[in-house]
Amino acid sequence: MGHLRGKLLPPALAIVFSMLLCGVALVISGANPLSAFGAMVTQVGKGSTLVDIVNSTGIYYIAALAVAIGFQMNLFNIGVEGQYRVAAVIAAVVGGSIALPPGIHTLVIIVVAALAGAAWAAIPAILKVTRGVNEVISTIMMNGLAIGLSAYLIRRDVFGELRGNNIRTAEIPESGWMPGISFGGGGTMFGFIFVAIALGVGYWVMMNKTRFGFELRASGESSTAASAGGVNAKKMVLVSMLLSGAIAGLISLPELLGRDHTFSLNFTAGIGFSGIAIALLGRNHPGGIAFGALLWAFLDKSGLALDNVGVPREIVTIMQGSIVLSVVVAYEVVRRFELAAEQRRVGRELGTVGGAA
Amino acid sequence: MSSSTSARTDDPPAVVLTGITKRFPGVVANSDVHLTVRRGEVHALCGENGAGKSTLMKILYGMQPPDEGTIEVNGEQVRFRTPSDAIKAGIGMVHQHFMLADNLTVQENVVLGAEALHGIGQKARKRIIELSGKTGLNVDPGVLVEQLGVADRQRVEILKVLYRGAKVIILDEPTAVLVPQEVNELFDTVRGMQEQGYTFLFISHKLDEVRAIADSVTVIRRGTTVGSADPKTVSSRQLAEMMVGSELPSPETRESTVTDKVVLDVRGLKLMTPDGSRPILDDVDLVVRSGEVVGIAGVEGNGQTELVETVMGMRKAGSGTITLLDADLTKLGTLARREAGIGYVPEDRHRHGLLLTQPLWYNRILGYQTRKPTSKGIWLDTDGAKKDTERIVADFDVRTPGIDVPAAALSGGNQQKLVVGRELSGDPKLLIASHPTRGVDVGAQALIWDEIKRARAAGLAVLLISADLDELIGLSDTIKVMLRGRLVADADPNTVTPEDLGSAMTGAGATSASVQETGTAHGTAVVEEGAN
Repeated sequence: MGHLRGKLLPPALAIVFSMLLCGVALVISGANPLSAFGAMVTQVGKGSTLVDIVNSTGIYYIAALAVAIGFQMNLFNIGVEGQYRVAAVIAAVVGGSIALPPGIHTLVIIVVAALAGAAWAAIPAILKVTRGVNEVISTIMMNGLAIGLSAYLIRRDVFGELRGNNIRTAEIPESGWMPGISFGGGGTMFGFIFVAIALGVGYWVMMNKTRFGFELRASGESSTAASAGGVNAKKMVLVSMLLSGAIAGLISLPELLGRDHTFSLNFTAGIGFSGIAIALLGRNHPGGIAFGALLWAFLDKSGLALDNVGVPREIVTIMQGSIVLSVVVAYEVVRRFELAAEQRRVGRELGTVGGAA
Repeated sequence: MSSSTSARTDDPPAVVLTGITKRFPGVVANSDVHLTVRRGEVHALCGENGAGKSTLMKILYGMQPPDEGTIEVNGEQVRFRTPSDAIKAGIGMVHQHFMLADNLTVQENVVLGAEALHGIGQKARKRIIELSGKTGLNVDPGVLVEQLGVADRQRVEILKVLYRGAKVIILDEPTAVLVPQEVNELFDTVRGMQEQGYTFLFISHKLDEVRAIADSVTVIRRGTTVGSADPKTVSSRQLAEMMVGSELPSPETRESTVTDKVVLDVRGLKLMTPDGSRPILDDVDLVVRSGEVVGIAGVEGNGQTELVETVMGMRKAGSGTITLLDADLTKLGTLARREAGIGYVPEDRHRHGLLLTQPLWYNRILGYQTRKPTSKGIWLDTDGAKKDTERIVADFDVRTPGIDVPAAALSGGNQQKLVVGRELSGDPKLLIASHPTRGVDVGAQALIWDEIKRARAAGLAVLLISADLDELIGLSDTIKVMLRGRLVADADPNTVTPEDLGSAMTGAGATSASVQETGTAHGTAVVEEGAN
C-alpha cells in the first residue's frame, strides 16, 4: 500500500497544487474559479466533447510512450515533434499515391509512418553514438528541419495540391482509412485508439518482462553499472532512439487515417512537446501515462468552455505547466522520503538503527 | 614532545564530543559517542571498516548534524552547520580521497575557495611557501598538481587546511594510499607539526600505525566508543580485540590448490590514454590458473582499474590478446565475456555493481540477463531471479528483511555480499575481484574471504586487486606488482612482507629475495624513475 501511495500521492498533490495556483490566478484576473472549473466539468457532457477527449487522449498517449522509451534510459528525445511531423507527411504522400486492398493499404501506411519516424530519429541517434553529440541539441535542430522538410514536400511542384486556400497532399483513398466507432451526434472515436492501447500493453510487457526492457532500465538507472553488467550502451542508445522515433511516427495516424486522410496546413502541431510533459507526469509508467494523457486531453477540450464564462482559455496552459512543474518536484520529494523510510524500515527490522552495526 | 603536552594540560581540551548520536538509516550510525582530544596530541580513532569513524568525523567537520550530543572546541560549545563553520573554529579535514584539481597548480588548489584570506597573488604565494615547510612539501607552488606523487598530494591537502587556519587536523585514513616508506615520512611530518602545537585526529584501522604515532587511542566499535587506551602500553592484540569484540578473521589460505590448467591468459595487453599520449597498460602478460589466486599489488592509479576493465571488455585494448580457457575473448564485448565464465566484483559497488533503487532480485539479473536462472531467451525469468536471490541471501548471509527492498537500503557489507554471491553464481571459471572487502564490516569481510577460498578450492581462478596488503598476501598464491601500467615484479606471498611489497610498489626496486623483478630492462628504468 505504501508502494502505491508513493506513486499516486505526487500527481494528486501536483494537481491540487496547480488547481490552487490557477484559482489564485483566476481570482487575481477577476474571475470566479469555481464557476470556471464547473464550466470545464459540465462541458464534458456536451456535444462531442467526451469523444474528442478520448481521441485526444489516444494521440497524447502515443506521443508520451515515444518520449517515455527514451526517458527510461535518460535519453531525452525532444525530437518526437519533428519525427511525427515527418512521418505524417511521408505516410500521407505514400498512402495517397498507392492503391492496395483495404486493410493492407492501412497497414502499409502505418509501417511507412513508423519507419519514417525511426529514420528521422536515426540521425541524432547515430550522431550521438558515433560522435557523442548531445541528443537534446540535435533533436531540437531536427525539429526545425522537419518543419522545413514537410513544408517543402507539400509544395505544389512536389507532392502538394491546392484545395481551396489550403495546401495538402493527395487524399488517401478509402482503402487506406481506418474506420472509427460512431456515436452519432456524440462524434466518432478513432479506430486507432485500440492501436494506442495495444502499444501501451506492449510497452508494459517490454519494460517489465523482456531482457531489452531490463537493459533499458538498467542503463537509465546507472549507465556504469549497466556497462559492467554487459549492457552495450551504444546499442541501447541506438535501439531505444529508433524505437522512440518509430512510435513517434504513429502519433498523427489517428487523425490521418480516421479523419483528415491528408497532410495539410491544418496539421496538429505541438503534440510531441505535450508528450514530454505527459511522460514526466506519468513517470514513464504505461498506466500513469494513460492518466496523464487523459488529464491533458480533458484540460484541452473542456478548456474550450472557459470562453463561455468569460475566462481566458490560456488558464489551461498555466494549469498544464504548473502541474508538470509541481509533479516533478513532488516526485523527487516523495522519492527521497520513501527511500529514507525504506532504509529506516530495513534498519529497524535488522535492529541496526541507533547503535549496533 | 611530552613537555609540550604536559604544559597544556590546564587548558581546555581541543575537542570534546559528548553523547554524539547519529541515526543514519540502514548503515552504521553513531550512538552515544564520547571523545576527548587534548591540545597538541595525536589522538587516534580506531575502528574496523564500517564502525562509524567516518560518520563521526563528518559530524565533527560539520558535514552532517548530529541527532543528539554536543561538540566543544577549546571549551566552548559549538554547533557546525557546514564545513566552513568547522574551519572557522580551526578544524580542518584531510579526506581519504584527495579533493584536488589535477589541472591546477599547488597554489591554485590551496587558494581555491579561500581567496579572501590572502588573495590569489604574491601574498598567498608567500604564505603557502611559509606553510609548505611545516608539511615537508618541497615543491614550488606554481607546479601542477598532476605532476605530484601521492605523498606530495597529501601534503597539499594538509597545506590546504593549514592555509585556512586549522589548528586541529583530522586525517581520515591518511595511510591508505601510501606505501610503508611514505607512511614513515608522513609520520615525521605529523610529529614535526605536533611540536609546533598542532593537534591531530588520526583515523585508522591499522594498529601498528596507531601505536607508532598516537599519544592516545579511542576505539570505536559498531558506532559507539568502547574505550580508550594508551598506545605505549597496549598491545596490538588487545587493541584488535577492542575493535572487533572478538577474534580477528584472517585472510590466510592454507594448502595450495593451484593446478596447471590455464584459465586466463593475457598477452601483450596495451591500453593508451584517450588522447593517445601515454600508455596506461604497457605490455601486460598475465596468467591465472584454475585454483589459483593471483593478486595484483600497486599504489592506486597505476593501471589496476584499467587492467580489470580491459579484461572485462569495458575498455578497448589497443593491442594484445585475452584468452579464457580456449576461447579468444579479445574481440568480444562485456556480456559475451561474462557469458564465457567471468564473474566480476567491481571496485565500486555503487557505480558498477548495483542498481541502487531497484530491489535485490532485480539486481540479481544484472550481468546475467541472458542466462538461466534469470532469463529465458528474450524474456526475463523474474520467478527464477527471485528464487536465486533467496538462495544468495541465505547462503551469503545477506542481512535484509526481504528481496524486495531496494539495494540502497542495505549496509555496505550486505550489498557487497549480494554482489559477491551473484558473481559466484552460474559457475564462473574466473572471478575478478577488485577490492572485494573495501568498506565492509568484519563479519562480511570474513565471509567474503571464506567464499573466495572455497571457490578457489573448487577450481576457480581468481584475479584479486586490493589495496589491503594483508588481504593480498593472505589470499594470493602469486602476487604481481603493478607500476605505471606494467607488471614489474613477482612476489612470493609466503615470505613477502608488506614493507617489501611497498618498496616494489613505489618502484624503489626489490629489497628482499621474496620480490623478483620481471624484465631487467623495465626494472632498471623503474629504479631510476623511482630515485628522483
